Amino acid sequence: MDSQHPPLETLQDIKRIMERSSRFISLSGWSGISAGICALVGAWVAHDRITGYLHTRRGGSFYRGEVSTLSPNTQSLFQDLIVIAAITFITAFVSAFLFTWIRSKRNGTPMWDRTVQRLFWNTVLPMTVGGLVIIRAMQLGYFEFVAPGCLIFYGLALVNASKYTLGEVRYLGYGQLILGIINMWVSGGGLYFWAVGFGVLHIIYGALMWWKYERKS
Amino acid sequence: MKNPIENLNKIFDSRIRMGVMSILIVNEEVSFNDLKQMLDVTDGNLASHMVNLEENGYIKVHKGFIGRKTNTTYSITRAGEKAFKDHIEALENMIKGMK
Repeated sequence: MDSQHPPLETLQDIKRIMERSSRFISLSGWSGISAGICALVGAWVAHDRITGYLHTRRGGSFYRGEVSTLSPNTQSLFQDLIVIAAITFITAFVSAFLFTWIRSKRNGTPMWDRTVQRLFWNTVLPMTVGGLVIIRAMQLGYFEFVAPGCLIFYGLALVNASKYTLGEVRYLGYGQLILGIINMWVSGGGLYFWAVGFGVLHIIYGALMWWKYERKS
Repeated sequence: MKNPIENLNKIFDSRIRMGVMSILIVNEEVSFNDLKQMLDVTDGNLASHMVNLEENGYIKVHKGFIGRKTNTTYSITRAGEKAFKDHIEALENMIKGMK
């Protein structure tokens, strides 16, 4: 009875099984949208804080020199920015995780199988290395590299991750990389590039993925 | 004219064996339990198909332990990879032949 299956359907089955067994396909579009919104809110709060700081200062160069040589006022600005960044990252990660968890439950696919472990490792590795590079750049006073660094390492992480999840993640990665590279030569615009990359691109990507894969269900 | 069906591998007629090969060709090493879950089949059913594939030299069995539990994993052999690729090619040729 098995040999009665037409060849086209058999080939489609083979392709489907190959994909299902090697990629994590329950990544939800809502995860992208929610992470993007978190990023935009974070960028807005950070922008407010920086604007407030600039009002208390008149003239002089903004970024330069080792952190220990900066004025107390500037040091407290950086502390605040790091706290804002950490809260933004955690809320974005938790909300993204939540929507994907809901979707994988609905699909009946396990949330921690080999495909997820591989996806996780291949995303976390470039991001951790990038995080260390950025921390060191900040210690040395190269603050203008923070935004492009985030975008570039995150872009590389996404391109790497795209082999283990929905292939479209690759294009989101290319977008981040392009923004990050341009941002290296446009100084002072870091927060705007960051907001476009982590906010706007995530929301566009999430909406497109939702439209493509989740609309019907 | 050549009969297009003659190149099809009879062993892969079974949908479960076809599924096992599809998984093993893109994953280095897969455990029995993962295979069972991905293909949604019972222990006994899967086990008999795995024995069949092993006897044909298409897969390799690795027996190991996680703590006290046995952990059997499988990987594809060179011969298995070639046989499955030939099978896919034969299917593709059948489709081309139908047009």
